[in-house]
Amino acid sequence: MNTVAAMPPKSFEVKPKLDESGTPIGELLEISMGPHHPSTHGVFRMDVVLDGETVVKLKPVFGYLHRNHEKIGENISYLASMPYTDRLDYFCSMTNNWAYALTVEKLAGLAVPERAEYIRVIMAELTRLQNHTCLIGFFVQDMGALGTPMMYAFREREKILDLFESVSGARMMCNYMRFGGVRVDVNDEWIVQTKKVVADYSKFLDEFGTFLTENEIVLARTQFIGVMSKELAINASITGPMLRAAGVNYDLRKVDKYGIYDRFNFQVPVGEHGDIYDRYMIRVLEMRESIKILEQALRDIPTGPVMDPKSKLRGFRPKPGEVYGRVEGPKGELGFYLISDGSPNPYRYRVRPPSFVNLTVLEDMCLGHRISDAVVILGSVDIVLGEVDR
Amino acid sequence: METPEQIKARIEAAVPSAKIEILANECALGERSLLVEAASGFAVARFLRDDAQLKLDYCSNVTGVDWPDKELTEKIKVKQVVDGVEKEIEEVKKTIRPGFLEVVYHLYSMELKHGPFVLRMRTENRAAKTHLPSLTPLWRGAEFQEREVYDLYGVFFDGHPDLRRILMWDEFVGFPMRRDYVAPDDFEYEPTPHDEVLVEARKHYQVEPKAEVKA
Repeated sequence: MNTVAAMPPKSFEVKPKLDESGTPIGELLEISMGPHHPSTHGVFRMDVVLDGETVVKLKPVFGYLHRNHEKIGENISYLASMPYTDRLDYFCSMTNNWAYALTVEKLAGLAVPERAEYIRVIMAELTRLQNHTCLIGFFVQDMGALGTPMMYAFREREKILDLFESVSGARMMCNYMRFGGVRVDVNDEWIVQTKKVVADYSKFLDEFGTFLTENEIVLARTQFIGVMSKELAINASITGPMLRAAGVNYDLRKVDKYGIYDRFNFQVPVGEHGDIYDRYMIRVLEMRESIKILEQALRDIPTGPVMDPKSKLRGFRPKPGEVYGRVEGPKGELGFYLISDGSPNPYRYRVRPPSFVNLTVLEDMCLGHRISDAVVILGSVDIVLGEVDR
Repeated sequence: METPEQIKARIEAAVPSAKIEILANECALGERSLLVEAASGFAVARFLRDDAQLKLDYCSNVTGVDWPDKELTEKIKVKQVVDGVEKEIEEVKKTIRPGFLEVVYHLYSMELKHGPFVLRMRTENRAAKTHLPSLTPLWRGAEFQEREVYDLYGVFFDGHPDLRRILMWDEFVGFPMRRDYVAPDDFEYEPTPHDEVLVEARKHYQVEPKAEVKA
């Protein structure tokens, strides 16, 4: 496209610092953090104004990875959007697939067979495990523990990605779910392997927890930093572990009971302080609950078909109407809003990305803290730019 | 949660000036939505948030939809006198529904754990009068999503604290999610263009035939 690239952002600017009467008493430094900065988890930019090292203003700037995913979705068929959803949050392609499949099933009134429902739960919880593990790895790296903790996390993630690869053919871009079921069935050997990975995961969490949960540096860098109140979290539509760390018990697996989540026995961890440490702890506890769900699902999975025989993949034209479907993704509420006009392509295809909305309060959390804390606060939000910019 | 009819009646009692219409949804599992006139949109939204039975404290999804001018055809039977005999003749009547931009809010309640409630507002047209009240003062969660609707659809939200482009860059002209948006020509420069690339190249550059090299 013959589009003119945006002017490159200025890397810094010095502004006068004024007291109440308007006389200059010093200087404020405005710096542009990103878009190419390892702590921004992608191509994300923060316009930060600093007084010494303290943040006095922070504006997030997005759009470096924008490809108008929604416009693409309006110009292709319903099924053709499925592989595109993998690219939204590229850590969690399985839950993205599920959210989209769930919405289209609601639109077209398709049923999902028992076995496919169980497989979906297993895939979603494995995704949650690897997402939270990686996030903790990244976020410890943001605090300055370069390399080693992240490699521990990535070692475990590899095991889950191997499971995804053996069933879907791809490690990250799984493109596994279909309207009315899943693409291929899993075999008994896969179930045995998954049981082993899940059984070993608790040991890994124990080990990881020993290093981090009571680590003096982690405590000093995370406790009472980036505090978000319960009222602000609700008002700003924060979802996922961020919301629950602020003390709100709202998990869509319990509220909507989509799929077959009402059959499993698990709890929703809720934080007290809403600081970074609570967000870390919530994710650790959520992983423990995910392991519980996985153990139950792997034990109870029935035999049978994995696709609704009535669903057809080619020539799929749902009746006119509109639906909003949502699931509890690892990062928060992932929603899809579809309007059908009876044609093979959706009239409107909208993605409600959790990490985009969760960034609303980034400035509120960072004000008054130091620039080095802003990096850790951003890490605790858990953003993926593929989803933020779409 | 109450049915849309009940909610409509209660809104009309609380906000007497509000003009509300319930829109049907042909999808069986989808929700019906309430279309509110822009002038009373903010007052209705505040009622929905603060009402004790609804408590829609969580604004989950905000999005725009573009509805361009649409030709509606309708068959009507007209009585006409043909050769002295009165006959019923079918006539196709064509009317044009003027286009508009629509903003859709999906509201939930975190406290009472119900929802979704679908609220819609429409602009007068797609060209000049595309102003709607911003609901960001009620739900901070709408801040970035309303900016996105402004950026991609061109709806101006009155009362938004920071209405700037969010995904496209500030100098960008046009609203790419509108259905009549034409993307810029996808052309890549080639030193020796030929065939259809040459036709394209002439549109972008005046390609002069090269002067013959003298021996």
